[in-house]
Amino acid sequence: MSLTILTVDDSRTMRDMLMMSLKSAGFDVVQAVDGVHGLEVLASTSPQVIITDINMPRLDGFGFIEGVRRDEKYRGIPILVLTTESDAVKKDRARQAGATGWIVKPFSPTKLVDAIRRVAA
Amino acid sequence: MDTLEDIKATFFQECQELLADLESGLLTLEAGAGDSEVVNAVFRAVHSIKGGAGAFGLDRLVAFAHVFETTLDEFRAGRLDANPVVLRIMLRAADILTDLVADAQGAGEADEVSAEQLRLELQGLISGPTPCSAAPSPPEETDTMGFVPLQVCIEAPPQPTGWRITITPTAEMYGKANDIVPLLRELERLGPCATTLNASGLPALDDLEPEAAYLSWAIELNVGCPREAVAEVFDFVEDDCVLAIEPLAVSAAAPQPAAVDIDIEAFLASALSAATPAQAELTNPPPQPAPKVATAQEPTRELSVVPQSIRVDLERVDKLIDLVGELVINQAMLAQRVAESGFVRSSAVAVGLDDLEQLTREIQDSVMAIRAQPVKSVFQRMPRLVREIAAATGKRVRLVTEGEGTEVDKTVIEQLTDPITHMIRNAVDHGLESTATRLERGKPEEGTVRLAAFHRSGRIVIEVGDDGGGINRERVREIAIDKGLISADAVLTEEETDNLLFLPGFSTAATVSNISGRGVGMDVVKRSIQSLGGRISISSMPGKGSTFTMSLPLTLAVLDGMVVTVGEQTLVAPLTSIIETLQPKANEVRQLGPTQRVLAVRGSYVPLLDTGLILGWRTEPADPLLGVCLLVESDGGRAALLVDAIQGQRQVVIKSLEANYRQVPGIAAATILGDGRVALILDVDAAIALQTLPAFPTPLALAS
Repeated sequence: MSLTILTVDDSRTMRDMLMMSLKSAGFDVVQAVDGVHGLEVLASTSPQVIITDINMPRLDGFGFIEGVRRDEKYRGIPILVLTTESDAVKKDRARQAGATGWIVKPFSPTKLVDAIRRVAA
Repeated sequence: MDTLEDIKATFFQECQELLADLESGLLTLEAGAGDSEVVNAVFRAVHSIKGGAGAFGLDRLVAFAHVFETTLDEFRAGRLDANPVVLRIMLRAADILTDLVADAQGAGEADEVSAEQLRLELQGLISGPTPCSAAPSPPEETDTMGFVPLQVCIEAPPQPTGWRITITPTAEMYGKANDIVPLLRELERLGPCATTLNASGLPALDDLEPEAAYLSWAIELNVGCPREAVAEVFDFVEDDCVLAIEPLAVSAAAPQPAAVDIDIEAFLASALSAATPAQAELTNPPPQPAPKVATAQEPTRELSVVPQSIRVDLERVDKLIDLVGELVINQAMLAQRVAESGFVRSSAVAVGLDDLEQLTREIQDSVMAIRAQPVKSVFQRMPRLVREIAAATGKRVRLVTEGEGTEVDKTVIEQLTDPITHMIRNAVDHGLESTATRLERGKPEEGTVRLAAFHRSGRIVIEVGDDGGGINRERVREIAIDKGLISADAVLTEEETDNLLFLPGFSTAATVSNISGRGVGMDVVKRSIQSLGGRISISSMPGKGSTFTMSLPLTLAVLDGMVVTVGEQTLVAPLTSIIETLQPKANEVRQLGPTQRVLAVRGSYVPLLDTGLILGWRTEPADPLLGVCLLVESDGGRAALLVDAIQGQRQVVIKSLEANYRQVPGIAAATILGDGRVALILDVDAAIALQTLPAFPTPLALAS
């Protein structure tokens, strides 16, 4: 089964990393470059899992997650927060916004896939 | 699919952009013009560099970026003032970060001592204990998933035979799109599970709250795995459920609800179907148990939503450019054949060919545009340079850049860095007066250096200007006489005097500073500009400043040439080096010694060189009166190149001679003409150097 995963990250390096790791694990990948773009892409595709960065221009990860959760259609989509910030404050804020789980950068492809498996139905 | 190496290359590319953002952001803040978005962008730049660096295990880079990021975070939170001292430290930190990136890339070396120094200064900016401990320790982040494992200390036997897990999710857990199904599945990956659903809390359908949580599960995991492995499965949900993980050996005696061994898939299926009727009657579908997301029904498809750019090997682009070059040549040959076949201009063939020519030209332009890049990449390096020189010379300097988005061929850009660097250095070091002098002259204390790029008539023009004292022509003249570059009684125009700066071995600096005096003079700058088919000129106003103007072709793949005949051969001379063409008259040609001749051009003499002789295409000197002279500007000054006849001007596609044959003295490259014949492109400087004339160190010596 092939899940479609939406990755939202302003860093090209990270997008490439995610793309490589996810594709080689057999996922389909759609990408967005910031929160605003993420919401647009979400409306035109139907990802089963979302992976998002926190620090982004225009709309940051928190705002993006809130935006996703506000829409009933998307409430059930698991969102993993991907960020270098391992501190509890950011993680808690992301969870309050509605994040399902988190992945701390740098991540190994195995960790990434493990995290997805733990949230993907 | 990208390999890790490709991604690393992307990372370094991205680093350059981020470093540029970082610097321009900090400069904006320094100018007091920044808002919170600028601060955020600055933070993000360092943050992203750190993130990528971590992914590639570039520990030194991560460690420094971490401290920098921590400081910026304080700044972002408003706990640190944007005062000049802070910003100066941050700008220097940005420079160090640039060095560390170059170091990691293997393209430079970072100074360990200044990095450490800056790290301490950054830490010093944060008063009190740093929130994100200053320890430069990427390992703390590289560990597992970065969360704190459950600190539930159970004195479990060292090797339990398994684990008993009970989990009672809360509504919050489902609200965050967490679900029990994948968790159970993950547990099963650890070992065989016996799972029991406790649905005793489930109310009657009428009382059922769609978003509430009623179910709990008990799982017996029959495998002796570490506790952490089990806890990790529940990492995301531990705050949103009641969770107990106990060693099986201990809990074996405890009363258990009737544990039923069930096949997990069957269990999941029944759990799902049990929920479905309830969903059907509810307007708001509950998030529980499993969001029925569309999966698997669609085969793997390529979904690419951000096709903003693609990366292509330069080789492929060059191959394309080569092919388009061939196309241009073929088109020209075809046009010539058609003309020879006697088709009239209005014939369908000729008209069709005109269209083809137009299309070919457009394709050529479009392909060239692929290689074109904004000069930004070069301009970006200059603020740092100016800062460093300003600091070294004790001057206050503001760099103003214009036209960063001006595009030019990648190869040209690469070769522009050194000349621009040198000219900026000169502008700050020699162009601008000392602060004291400026104040005496009633000028603003802060000097301005202007770097601008723009397009003009199919070429790129780059200007480096300063608002300093202008060229001291008296001093230039003295030096030139001292060094024997001109005779003491030579009469020179202002322009000619200024141009003395470009002569080899000229240096006006009273003391050779270690900034400009790196053994490179303006002559080297001029030569490298000329090797790109460019020209350089100076304009200077005493007391007001000087401006150096470079004009370069947009591409190195085609060349505007003058097609001439020499002997039986067709030769192309680059148009950029030709000042004018003239037909020598008998009284203008003077014999000088047995072999050398000079040509009088409006009152001054220039060496008259026989192109055919230089290239070895004839053995006897040609009669200048039967030929045409190309007055050219070269390294060694002006010269008149004698050729037999001029055929016309044409844009030609440059073909490397070295790649296809070998280097030929006096020849720069080759091209293919419309008739299919190969024509050589003259290297004016090299050709004149072949015919060195010891009698004329420079033609200016003859100026009178």
